[in-house]
Amino acid sequence: MIEDKPGSAGARLIILYPAATLVIFFVVPFGIMLAVSFFQREPGGFYTTEFSIENYLNLFTALFGRVLAFSVFISAFCAAVCVAAGFPFTYLVTRMRRRAQVIWLVILVSVLSLSAVIVAFAWSLLLSQTAGVSNLLVWLGLMEKPVSWSPGFWALTCGMCYIAFPYTVLVLYPPLSRLDPHLPEAAQTLGAGPLVTFFTVIVGSMRSAIVATLIMVFAFTLGTYLIPQILGRPQHWTLSVLITDEAIYRSNLPFAAAMSVFFMVVSLALVGLTMLIGRQKGPVTR
Amino acid sequence: MTRTLRHVFLALVLLFLLSPIVVVGGVSLNEKKSLYFPPQGLSLAWYVELFTQEDWLVPIENSMVIATLSSLAALSIALPLAYFLWRYRVFYARALFMLGIAPFMLPPVITALGFLSFWATVGLYGEMAATIVSHAIFFVTLPLVTISLGFESIDREIVEAAETMGADSRAVFRTVVLPMVRSYMVSGYAFCFVLSLNEYIIAYMVSGFTVETLPIKIFNALRYGYTPVMASVTMFFVLLAALIFGLIGRFGDLPRLMGALTPESRNT
Repeated sequence: MIEDKPGSAGARLIILYPAATLVIFFVVPFGIMLAVSFFQREPGGFYTTEFSIENYLNLFTALFGRVLAFSVFISAFCAAVCVAAGFPFTYLVTRMRRRAQVIWLVILVSVLSLSAVIVAFAWSLLLSQTAGVSNLLVWLGLMEKPVSWSPGFWALTCGMCYIAFPYTVLVLYPPLSRLDPHLPEAAQTLGAGPLVTFFTVIVGSMRSAIVATLIMVFAFTLGTYLIPQILGRPQHWTLSVLITDEAIYRSNLPFAAAMSVFFMVVSLALVGLTMLIGRQKGPVTR
Repeated sequence: MTRTLRHVFLALVLLFLLSPIVVVGGVSLNEKKSLYFPPQGLSLAWYVELFTQEDWLVPIENSMVIATLSSLAALSIALPLAYFLWRYRVFYARALFMLGIAPFMLPPVITALGFLSFWATVGLYGEMAATIVSHAIFFVTLPLVTISLGFESIDREIVEAAETMGADSRAVFRTVVLPMVRSYMVSGYAFCFVLSLNEYIIAYMVSGFTVETLPIKIFNALRYGYTPVMASVTMFFVLLAALIFGLIGRFGDLPRLMGALTPESRNT
């Protein structure tokens, strides 16, 4: 049954349908987008096929630079927060009984699957004046009157971390559950306390997984589009918002395509970097 | 000391994950059209409105149709590809597999713009069919990865035994392979369905102005002010996701699926 090559033409037919759909609906769209990025906008329509590199030259503007810098900053910040909290959390989950692990995973996957619209709406309510946490603080006597904390930088950070945290845990889950349980035991036999063991042995042996996760979460948060629009102010808009704005509201598809191509190159470089780090994994896995 | 620390930490994470949902749940029960938490008066009127008002029913129907059909299409692409990849060790099958997981590795806005350029060029921009096909391609990663996992778990000796007893490829597929990968197909479909239901940016870019899906409807409604209906629709999404993933957790092998779905493990 398992062969090196499909023997008959009939066997090759099986792959024809998935191959055709993936090429037509995924490779071709990217090709068109790449081509469009060199075209010119047509007022009232989509684009005209005049070749120019003007769209790429237009990337070097102050607005694009500022948006790019902010996107990189907020994504890096959220990735750092999520990995710092997610790593010890994932470690604790992998040491639980299987039943408890499944319950945590169900919660995390459910949160991760939620639409960004819903996450942003939920957080704007949680930070609002009428239904938000500030009411709780007033009730506890810590504040005088309820206030609204959304939109703003910290509201945006909360929303982005809310979707990035489950992602972080799910990325860290496989390497941490493969970690040899004898390793921390050995450290403790040799006299290390639980916290010392955690920071030296476990964090130490997972260094490459941590770096790979940081990059992946960074790339993931770079892609968020709706949360900056709802929980942030205009100065908090990210590259994804700018691209959509350009494509839909300014109907400048060629310029949006040029930004996307640039964004794609950056993302692919990040993915490549992650894979490179993944290769150099240490021997400390089960 | 560290034991208490551990419990406090886990409780804080749970608080962070659940408090937005608790507040939304509370707000959805308000009796009047206000957004108080704790709610003032208890009523399920906002859930009734969700399922009786035309302007919410249409997006619900659109989303359900798109999610159902696009997941089915994704499954139809993933199953033969995963089967071929399992049977034959050829490079182009591996290349197609990489192509199948690529949409998931890139920021969604890029894929969305690729689809927009494509459908605008082909002339189907704004059609529901375009959204269905785009979702099928974007989410094909999920059934592809889960079904491949299912194929890997088949004991090759059982296949050989069936062949020794005279079963041809088709009979082996029907009697041995299919029953063993069926649960992985169901998981892949369920993941695809829930994510398609929640997807915004692709649906919006491909046909957001003509085919309003539920997330697009919520976002449009947010601009005209918040109402408790949005809280009830949010709860609808949360409960649906919890139900479906709860079932996968109960009847499937979620820890193993998680290991396969995250990109980190694909290198090894």
